[in-house]
Amino acid sequence: MSASPLVEQLKSGLDAPICLTWELTYACNLECIHCLSSSGRRDPRELSTEQAKAVLDELAALQVFYINIGGGEPMVRRDFFDIIEYSVSKGIGVKFSTNGAYIDTEKAKRLTDMDYLDIQISLDGADAATNDVVRGAGSYDTARRAMDNLASAGFGPFKISVVVTRQNVSQLDAFKALADSYGAQLRITRLRPAGRGADTWHQLHPTNAQQRDIYNWLSAHGENVLTGDSFFHLNALGPALPGLNMCGAGRVVCLIDPIGDVYACPFVIHDEFKAGNVLDAGGFTRVWRESDLFIDLREPQSAGACASCGAYDECQGGCMAAKFFTGLPLDGPDPECVGGDADALLASVPVSLVPRPSQDHSKPARVPSIVAGH
Amino acid sequence: MRRLLSTALEVHPQVALRPEPFGALAYHYDNRRLVFLRSRDMLNVVESLSTYSTLEDALVASDIEPQRWQSFESAIDSLISSEIVRVR
Repeated sequence: MSASPLVEQLKSGLDAPICLTWELTYACNLECIHCLSSSGRRDPRELSTEQAKAVLDELAALQVFYINIGGGEPMVRRDFFDIIEYSVSKGIGVKFSTNGAYIDTEKAKRLTDMDYLDIQISLDGADAATNDVVRGAGSYDTARRAMDNLASAGFGPFKISVVVTRQNVSQLDAFKALADSYGAQLRITRLRPAGRGADTWHQLHPTNAQQRDIYNWLSAHGENVLTGDSFFHLNALGPALPGLNMCGAGRVVCLIDPIGDVYACPFVIHDEFKAGNVLDAGGFTRVWRESDLFIDLREPQSAGACASCGAYDECQGGCMAAKFFTGLPLDGPDPECVGGDADALLASVPVSLVPRPSQDHSKPARVPSIVAGH
Repeated sequence: MRRLLSTALEVHPQVALRPEPFGALAYHYDNRRLVFLRSRDMLNVVESLSTYSTLEDALVASDIEPQRWQSFESAIDSLISSEIVRVR
């Protein structure tokens, strides 16, 4: 099946993004070993409250319906409520991702009182043992406490957001049961080798057999489980999963980082995918509409080495970020190509040619020792 | 499919419409649903629903040829299902 006319049009870009992620800060109380943005320490160039509000004014004028706020831990910012309340007042709904550390009973009530607000609590294991290896000691209990506080405050259906790893694939039913027990919605997303995840991807990413398990599980659960459209590379296994089945980077999706740099998607925080900065002349609008990078991403992309593969229409060659940070060519197979077409390539990429993230806000004392093992 | 030509309709008050090259995006702030309107004609019709007493009047006002009415009626029906449009 070839892509629908609508998808073809979406690939050539929109006047404004559908799905915009805004990492409010690189500061974080946790040091997850797969952190996409290598967060830990605040960047001194972080956008001020006034600058953040000016960006929101611009997004409102562009009719961006909602934004996905993340970090770092966004609730670390003292002006967190100021920013999200301003956003909602401008007609921009907010969905934010948090590890839950700052959702005490009082904050849970304040969040419950807001309209047009969605909350995603990150959890990467259905038990503390599995979760805390990735997210740090005590982080499972912290997340559960936040969920309890939201439930007690009557927040309604918050989301539990899981990055699927080799270690937690077998817990998908348990995650679903946990979400159901709170009346929450489960969201599972793909592990990307971005940020600190570039160093841990080889140990954490699901095996090829597990990818089939994920596909089967998602097929069985349909639209009841959210995925952020992140598993379209699995569509080569059979009938398409729900979603647009396309890479949205620079086309319908982008990322604003804490200092205002605009990247093609949340998984490619690297100079090569930086389109500009919201503080540049013309602001975000000009970056979105006129940057060379985004215009280029909206051109038809070459299938390259995948052109002769019968599954290309289904998998679209997979994820650009996953290829980039594993050192694979962008016009070739995804490192997790379900047909195994990337296996030999991956094994032959010299470590020296694998791109390193351009920036790193990790706390210095705790740079994962895993790095030394490569 | 429901017969809607003689029905009075309106865009749901919690819905925002954003014109795009392919037509428009419609976003429902309550159910968080994002829906694609696949032509500018469809956008024109949807935007004008509340100013006319029936769907048929809105179609006429937007210069939609009668042979296309059925496909518009069917598209509007699905917009009602996703609560982008409602009966008034």
